[in-house]
Amino acid sequence: MRRLIYFVLAFIVWVLLTWPFADGKIDFQVVIAGVIAAFLIAVLFHEILPKEHLVFISPVRVFWFLVYVPVFFYYVMKANLDVVYRALHPKMPIKPGIVKIKTNLKTESGITALANSITLTPGTLTVDLTDDGFLYIHWINVKSDDVEQATKFIARRFEWFLKKIFE
Amino acid sequence: MTDIIGYILATVGILFDIFGCIGLVRFPDVYNRLQASTKCVTLGTILVLVGVAFIHGWGSISAKAIICAVFILITSPTAAHAIAKGAYASGVKLWENSVVDKYAKEVDKKEA
Repeated sequence: MRRLIYFVLAFIVWVLLTWPFADGKIDFQVVIAGVIAAFLIAVLFHEILPKEHLVFISPVRVFWFLVYVPVFFYYVMKANLDVVYRALHPKMPIKPGIVKIKTNLKTESGITALANSITLTPGTLTVDLTDDGFLYIHWINVKSDDVEQATKFIARRFEWFLKKIFE
Repeated sequence: MTDIIGYILATVGILFDIFGCIGLVRFPDVYNRLQASTKCVTLGTILVLVGVAFIHGWGSISAKAIICAVFILITSPTAAHAIAKGAYASGVKLWENSVVDKYAKEVDKKEA
């Protein structure tokens, strides 16, 4: 089952990348090469797909994902303006440090999404995570080195959404 | 009209790329530089690709551009995470004016 899903995904990406529909007809050479490549990928790498993949086929999760995308882009824009401001300011107002935060997310895909979201948003970069749910974050402007406080500043705003999407 | 939106997006994207590079040069240590490079260059490149998609409309070029944008969005923070962890593991120190380093304890624990 997982192999089949992976095969379909790989084949869709192949079709979008090679686009075998030039001038109204389908180029079968490209399609057959894509089937072979997608088959090999599905057989060899199907274990990469998260174990709990079937739960993602639910309208509620898709809805929250669609809500999350604009929220995420708002924070990404804010992050960029923040970094640009710090990079261009003559005195360079940075106060960097590595802080520790705690996450309540349990699934692997949820924690991955949280770590990537943290990296792309205001002044924070995930350095490492531990098995018991702590993340080490490099923060360009440390506001608090307390675990609770830092978690509130960095992770809460994403966790709420990611919990609805991934758990 | 979509042309104009596309060109505006591409211009803003290139500006972010430039600012990211300025940050890359000016910031004091590896971790701060990674902050500048991942954030600005990810957004900048994605904006350029989305701009390309707007200019070309529906079709093969836009599909490729959007796929590249999605892959960059997933891989760029992962790569930054790997570089930061690798830098710390190989002993690159934080900037001397850094205020706190909680990760040092964790590394000590692992080594002990």
